[in-house]
Amino acid sequence: MLKSRIIPVLLIRDKGLVKTTKFSDDKYVGDPLNAVRIFNEKEVDELTVFDIDATVNGTVPDLKVIEHLAAECRMPLCYGGGIKTLEQAQSILALGVEKVALSSAAIENPQLISDIATQVGNQSVVVVLDVKKKLFGGYKAYTHNGTKQVKKDLFELLREFQALGAGEIIVNNIDLDGTLKGYDQQLISNLKSALNVPFTICGGACSYDDIRKVVRGHTPIGLAAGSLFVFKGKYRAVLISYPNKAEKELLYKM
Amino acid sequence: MIAIVDYGLGNIRAFGNIYNRLNIPFEYASTIDALKDASGIILPGVGSFDYAMNKLNESGLRDTLDDLVLNKKVPIIGICVGMQMMAKRSDEGSADGLAWLDTTVRKFDLKESYPLPHMGWNQLSFLDNPILKGLEKNPELYFLHSYHFESDYEHVIATAEYANSIGCIINKGNIFGIQCHPEKSHQAGITILKNFAEVANA
Repeated sequence: MLKSRIIPVLLIRDKGLVKTTKFSDDKYVGDPLNAVRIFNEKEVDELTVFDIDATVNGTVPDLKVIEHLAAECRMPLCYGGGIKTLEQAQSILALGVEKVALSSAAIENPQLISDIATQVGNQSVVVVLDVKKKLFGGYKAYTHNGTKQVKKDLFELLREFQALGAGEIIVNNIDLDGTLKGYDQQLISNLKSALNVPFTICGGACSYDDIRKVVRGHTPIGLAAGSLFVFKGKYRAVLISYPNKAEKELLYKM
Repeated sequence: MIAIVDYGLGNIRAFGNIYNRLNIPFEYASTIDALKDASGIILPGVGSFDYAMNKLNESGLRDTLDDLVLNKKVPIIGICVGMQMMAKRSDEGSADGLAWLDTTVRKFDLKESYPLPHMGWNQLSFLDNPILKGLEKNPELYFLHSYHFESDYEHVIATAEYANSIGCIINKGNIFGIQCHPEKSHQAGITILKNFAEVANA
């Protein structure tokens, strides 16, 4: 049986690892390669790395950094941040990355999804949407680290991305980012039933119990988290962690 | 020497990293010269079937590979789409496969709401085989694909369940194929790659 994927998310800024709260207030966490080595030892399911400055600063993906990460990483790696062209996606995948994640580029130029999917296959194209709750119900997508709202309806966008060949959708819940308040179950239900590609939720996980609740209701699903795997305690002391084999079995228990 | 075929597709460095750590000699082979003295060959692959076949045909390595595999019986392992290319054809495209194996690659038969691609860690059931020795009973490996070998194909040595039963590792003589990604599957994957090198260098 296919297991749900439990995925640490690492955010890179100025070549260092950071963690944000509600997409701001970032805290320095350490050296990305060092974190990857620790996650190797912990045998994590997958690793996702986002360069959170690339799109906002209008820079291209830092291939040198990605190359080092990919060489170190012994599990599947997804990279996102600043990818705007098919050529960039291809060169990143050629460095040994399994999946490339598009966000603002997918919204500005949806054709890019299908251009990449045709060449490298759907399985390597991920679209990441950052979402925020609307004041009177429903959700809106955002780009540029939560600063630009997307006009189109969230579910309409997702259907469009899926039809163009996205092989996975990651939804990042801005309201819950770094808050450790638990995942938004209603949002997960709505998204999961709207999608027929693998779906990964990110934002809010506080404990392994939060993960277990989502697995129980929605497996197979991807569960991504930042704070949970890089901080310990309410003072956010940096400590990289990940459930061990026995702990994981408990999370998967129905 | 293990030759990792470099025809512009697949995560060749991930294999190199593992063999480096295991101190097993290997080379990335993009030319006939680099390929022809290999004791074992890894044929990686990602992307769509037709695109991968086109890339391999354009690489100029096709005839050498055919000769090494079919006549000289050099051990080879195809990974993911690299395995699928060994079949005659695929539901995914219209290109001819390498046809080293008399079978067709099928799309998942999704009667219920299983997301595609099949993405993540899944358990294998397997038969005794030199490349699977030392694995625990139901090892978990990483999958990322939408097409697969049928589980009742006669040379299947390991299966996994997702919507339907799939053939995920095959062995026919010197030809091996694995649908999941040993290069990204932690210890279980490393064991398989190490075993393959032992078979090749035996």
